[in-house]
Parts: sequence; C-alpha cells; structure tokens
Amino acid sequence: MTDLIERPTTTDAPAHTGDDHGHDAAHHDHHGPSGLLKWLTSTDHKVIGMNYLVTSVVMLVVGGAFAEIIRAQLVSPTSTLVSLSQYNQLFTMHGSVMIYLFAGPFAFASLANYFVPLQIGAPDMAFPRLNALSYWLYLSGSITMLMGFLVTGGAANFGWVGYAPLSSATYAPGSGADLWIGALMLTGFSAIFSGVNIVATIFYLRAPGMTLFRMPIFTWNLLVVGILILLAFPVLTAGLVMLYCDRHFGTHIFTVQGGGVPLLWQHIFWFWGHPEVYILALPFFGIVSEIIPAMSKKPVFGYKGMVFATLTIAALSMGVWAHHMFTTGAVLLPFFSIMSLLIAVPTGIKIFNWIGSMWGGSLHFSTAMLFAIGFVVTFLVGGLTGIYLASPPLDFFTHDTYFVVAHFHSVVMALVIGGLAGIYYWAPKMTGYMLNEAWGKASFWFIFIGTQVFTFPMYLVGLHGMPRRMGVYPNNPSWQTLNQWESVGALLIGLGTLCFVVSILVAFKQRIPAGNNPWDAGTLEWFTTSPPPHHNFTSLPPIRSERPTWDYNHPDNPALGHGSHAAEASSEKAPA
Amino acid sequence: MTKVGSVESASPSPESLGTTPAPKRRTRTKALLVALAAPLLLASCKVPSFGAYGGASKAGEDTYKLWQGFSIGALIIGAFTLGLIVWAVIRYRKRNDEIPKQTQYNIPLELIYTIVPIVIVIGLFAATVVVENKVVANPTPQATVNVTAFQWGWKFTYPGHKAYVVGQTTQTPELVMPANEDVRFNLVSSDVVHGFYVPEFNFSRYAQPGMTNVFTFNITKPGLYKGQCAQLCGLYHSLMYFNVRVLSQADYAAWLAKKDASTSNAAAAANDSATDNQNDPHTPTKPAYTDFGVN
Repeated sequence: MTDLIERPTTTDAPAHTGDDHGHDAAHHDHHGPSGLLKWLTSTDHKVIGMNYLVTSVVMLVVGGAFAEIIRAQLVSPTSTLVSLSQYNQLFTMHGSVMIYLFAGPFAFASLANYFVPLQIGAPDMAFPRLNALSYWLYLSGSITMLMGFLVTGGAANFGWVGYAPLSSATYAPGSGADLWIGALMLTGFSAIFSGVNIVATIFYLRAPGMTLFRMPIFTWNLLVVGILILLAFPVLTAGLVMLYCDRHFGTHIFTVQGGGVPLLWQHIFWFWGHPEVYILALPFFGIVSEIIPAMSKKPVFGYKGMVFATLTIAALSMGVWAHHMFTTGAVLLPFFSIMSLLIAVPTGIKIFNWIGSMWGGSLHFSTAMLFAIGFVVTFLVGGLTGIYLASPPLDFFTHDTYFVVAHFHSVVMALVIGGLAGIYYWAPKMTGYMLNEAWGKASFWFIFIGTQVFTFPMYLVGLHGMPRRMGVYPNNPSWQTLNQWESVGALLIGLGTLCFVVSILVAFKQRIPAGNNPWDAGTLEWFTTSPPPHHNFTSLPPIRSERPTWDYNHPDNPALGHGSHAAEASSEKAPA
Repeated sequence: MTKVGSVESASPSPESLGTTPAPKRRTRTKALLVALAAPLLLASCKVPSFGAYGGASKAGEDTYKLWQGFSIGALIIGAFTLGLIVWAVIRYRKRNDEIPKQTQYNIPLELIYTIVPIVIVIGLFAATVVVENKVVANPTPQATVNVTAFQWGWKFTYPGHKAYVVGQTTQTPELVMPANEDVRFNLVSSDVVHGFYVPEFNFSRYAQPGMTNVFTFNITKPGLYKGQCAQLCGLYHSLMYFNVRVLSQADYAAWLAKKDASTSNAAAAANDSATDNQNDPHTPTKPAYTDFGVN
C-alpha cells in the first residue's frame, strides 16, 4: 500500500509531461548551463519561480521605500521634503509598484510557479517557454515603469488607478504616463500567459491519483486565480490600448469633448480591479491554508468547504466592481452592495476553517506559523472594515478618505505578512537550508505590530475627514498627531523588513540543512529532496488524499472526517 | 460500532469542537444571551461614535446611526473571532510530540458558520437599503445651488439669482446655504474628476465632466463646515478647499439679496450659461502656493 511509484526515467518520456526543454536523455544529469546563464536562460519552473520571487521582493522593497518617503512627508502638515509634483509621482508609483509589480507577480507567479507543479506531482509547468516569456515580459515591464522617473516631467502622477480624464494627454502630457501604460500592458500580458500556464498545468499535468479534490488548497486557489486572470486581465489591457489611443491617435473614448465617456474608464478599470483584489488575495489564502495545518499537525479543516468558499469568492468577485464607484452617482447601489456584502460569507468560512485547523492541534510556532497567524488577524481587521465599504451610505463619507486607505492597507499588509509566511515555510524546500528563525521572529513582531500602529490611526484620520493622496494638509493641523503615529508604524515595518533581509543573510552563513520535510507537512512537495531535482520527483508516494506525504509518513494517522475517509479510518482503527 | 456511530464519534460536538462538560453549557448559554443582549443594552445608554461625525444633516444622522450599528456588529464579530484565535494559540500550543486527532470535517459546525453570516449579511443589507433610500432621495427642493469643480477650485451659483461665489487654493470659496430646507445640488466638473466632500455632512459625491450629479442636503445645524476635494485631481489637489456656511432661512435670504445687488449683470450672465470653466476668468492662471514647489 505504501510502496513508492517509481517515476519512469526520462528515456521513457512520460506521457503526461509537457516539457519541451530540448534536453535529451543523454544530458539527464547536465541540465543546461549553470551560474548566471542558468538564471537567464532556464525554462525550469523552479528557476523561473525563483527569478520571480527575487524580482518581486526587490519591487516590494522599492515600493516600500516610496512609502517611507510618503510617510516622512506627512509628519508635518506643511512639509516641503518633496514637492507636490514629486509627491503625486511617489504615491502613484508606490501603488503601481506594489500592485502591478509586487503583489500580483509575487502571488501568482513566484511561489505558485515553484510549488504548483510540485504539489500536483508534475515535472514542470505545461508551457515552460511561455513561462520564461512571462517572466521576461514582467521584468521589462517593471523596468519600463520605473524609467518614468528619468523622463522629463517625471513618472506617472495620476494615481495607480489612472482615472480619465486626469490620465489624458491634456492633463498628463508627460511620457512618464506613456511608460506607465506600456509597463501595464507588458505586465498584463505576462499575467495572462501565467494564467494560461497555471490552468493548463493543473488540468493536464496532475500525477496519477491526484484528482481535483485531492489537490492542496494552495493549488486549488491558484487554479481559480488562473481563471480569474483570464477573465479580468484582458479587459484591463484592452482599456489601456484605448487610453493610449486617446492620448496619441486622436480618439475620444474617455474624453467628453469628442462625445466620449470618462466614466467608462472607471468601469473598465474596476472590472479588472476587483477580481484583481482576489487574484492577489487567493494565493495568500492558499499559502496560509498550507502552513496552519502543517504547523498544527492536522489536515486543513473543512477542505471541501474551503474549495467551495474559494469558488464562491471568485464568482462573486466578478460582480462587485462598481462598489469602487458608489460616489459616482451612476451605478445601481443595492445590487453592488449585496454582492459585496455577500463576499464576507465565504471569506468568513475561510477564517473559521483556519481556526478549525488549529483547534485541537499541536501548534508549532515557527516564524512561518507566526506570520500565518499574523495574516489571519490582520486580514480579519481588513475584512471587517471592508464590510462598511460595501454599504453605500457608509461608503459615501469614507470613500477616498484615509479610512479606505487604511482598509486596503490592512488587507495588503496581511498579504505581505502571508507572503513572508510562505517564504519562511518554503525557503527550506527551495534552497535546502533553513532561514534564521530568531531574526525571522524579530521581523514578524516588527512588521505585525508596525502594521497595526500604521493602519489604526489611518482609520481615525479618515473618519476625521482626511482625503487620500494629499501631500500637505495646512488647513487641518489637527491631523498631524495621527499622521505621525502612522509614520512610526511605517518605520517599524521598515525595520521588520531589514530583519527579514538579515535572516536571509544569516541563513546563507549558517547553512542549516533542511532535509526533505522539516515541518512534517503533508503535501507532495515535501516528498522530494530540498531543493528538488531537475524534473522534481524521482519517485512519488501513492496519492489517496490531499496529504500523500503525510499518509506515507504517518500511515496510522489518516484524516478523520465524513464520508469514505472516516469509514476507511474507523474500519482500520476499530474493527467491528 | 456502526459506521454512522463511528463517524459521529470522530467529529467533535458542534458547540465547541471539543468535549463540553454539561454544567459548563449552562453558563455558556447565559454568556450567549448576554452577548446577544449587549447591542440592546448599548442602545439604551449612550452609543459611542466609533470615530465618525454625528452628521449635520437629517440623512447624515441616519448614516451615523447605520455606522454605529455596523460598528457594534463588527466589534462583536471581531472580538469573538479574535478570541477564538487567541484561545487556540494558547490552548493548543505544542506540549509533546503526540500526533493530535486528525479531525477534518464537522458538517453541522460548518453549516452554522455559513448560515449565520448569511443571516447577518441580509440584516446589514436591509439596514443599508433603508438608510440609502433616505440619503439619495431628492424631494422637491426649496433652494438650489449649482456647483462646478475645476482645477483647483469651486464655483457656486444660485439659479434664478445673480449671486455666485468662486475661489481656488489661496482664496477658499464659501458655499452659503439655508438650514432646515431641502437644498438641491447640481454638481459637475469642468475638467477632471473631483470629489465634493464635506466630512461633517457624512457625504461625498464625484464631480465629473459631462455628467451632472444631483443630491439634496437638509442641514439641521447652522454653522461653518470645512469641505474639500476628495478625488485626486492633479497638482494642487491637496489645496482644493471650500467652506460651507449654513445660515438660518432669514439670514440666507438676506445674504442672497445683498450678493445679488453687488453682482454686475455681465458677471451674472457669464456665470449663468457657464458650466464650462475652460474660459472662466476665475480659473487660476498662475499656480498658488508656490512654496510647495511645482517640480
């Protein structure tokens, strides 16, 4: 029952592998070039995943540095640290870098690229070369966007949402805006290709026995994210083409003068923008759904409910975009209100399932687990304040204020925290070495406490009426104290990021071997070596549940539940 | 042992996911009743503001009450969930190397935390719709003000009167309106999207090019209120302020008459037709607040 299935050697060309690397069997042990050339030319999903991971974390640091400058500017109501023009560029690029260049690629292309094939027992992604193309489009898009600071007039300065007509040639004539549009098209195509790849990989490259309902929650969430990408991203990319035509080819799609409708941009943008919120969030939900059960030595609680919740979130997320537009006076308020409120239900199910996964377990508070719990708590705050914003009358007076800024920073900081959880959890698998736990825990406490110190005054100052995107507030000096607290929180987050970098550097020096399965986790990636060999597995355990590695290592402790599992378990344990 | 029985024994009781001694259950019921009654008890004494303004208009007060209701709900749900997390973290931390019970499903419990949130959401939605209908209602107005937003200032005109007020960045314009009357606003932008936002009215609305937004205020408390642009509109967005002065009906009539008398016919004619501020003489020609820098 627990015999390993030997994977056929590459000379037998496994029927279900989609790799077309051009490696022939004779080169089985030498997989292309090594060193820098390997990182530049590889089509291995693990190498590309690492490229994505490093690039997106660099983008996180770049976006974070912009945020620190913004927070430094706002400690005084009449600060002249940066000019208003520079301030507009800074928050635009902060938002753009964080959303387009960090959160998205980190969520659906770094850890996903690395671990989705491993979790389903596949040797690579379905389209390895397309995968490499995705990465290079993403990298060139990132560079294109940041080049904006070098051109006359500076980078884009109309906010990361680029509302028409502020983003038109009349009001934003600089080429920084064009670079911003170009960058979004490049990263947009990168995302679409990633989406295609993820969906195809999950549907076609699962190992024998890995049925859909035996896939880990992380992989399930990435499947749903892949589908959402394919629904949402083409809309944004098309919208950007229209915007570019308005700017340069004399069309009037978003300008009143030629009979266009500026509001259309908002519809197009948010029709992408709200599914995007869940494209960003679901992978992190998946990460936490792996870590909490593993660190509690339990199966994920309510597995099928979790999958159902993910599908429900995805379905609802396609019909809530106009809750970003309640104050336009041009959308059907009750419909978008109830759709938005309903998302709280599946999200709540997830939170209770995470608690249920801890309940009755044996919790090991590794850095990864601390970050995972920090994610749940921070996300709870962001989720609850999101419920207010789904109610139009409450949205009317909080929209475009720091209350909204605080809400989505609770959410996105939860994602950053969840991402760090994923790094601490999976780095041993990717590198073969453990990250430094002491510095990691210091990093956690700085970032977790910093996040709350940073967001709570934001909620209050928003309720006091402070609109977002203000470089100075000379009319309202009473907002200063709360703003200074926010800056203290931002500083703590910055210190936590430094601790994170130190924990990586220390790990490089210490080189504590991780072994195949340092956390005694249950999913398939923990069955292979750390780091995994070129085509991931030399053998696979039998796949009879969503925890094949656990079943292999703990044959006497299968998951208990309803249905066949429980029946099997009880018949083994307590024969009648 | 039958199959069904063994399934049940594998699932913990729905109340607690663990074993619950019978005497404890009674205190728990009591605690639950207290928790349910808490909002009612709170309603009878003074409900905190949770940081929001009380609302200077009738609809603003309704919005404020809705805000309080949502906040009480959010606090109870948040505290309950956070309590569960903290409890799990303390109670179930690793004590030995024993492998815990591999519980994966508890259908009754999962149904409870699916259905209860749906019921809560329907309640929140019902309250939302009731308040929303009051906030967006546009009854026959007793006074009307046309508002035009532009980079980076405001123009307020009074249909049927010569009176108008315009100002930008360095000279904050003052919108004058009567108290205790339904005052209709026709809001439009002459360039980019702006946000008409008066925090103490608990309301904001976009000012958009090519599209007029209509809404009504009935301000119950005369006084001076701060307002400003909430939607990013370019370089001087941070400085696009206005004030709202709410006068008694008699004072408002007097102000309007005086303003009418002091306004030349030519200026009034220019304003009457102009919702388009592109060529308006009041559009700032040189940047104000140059001390904040342009580049």
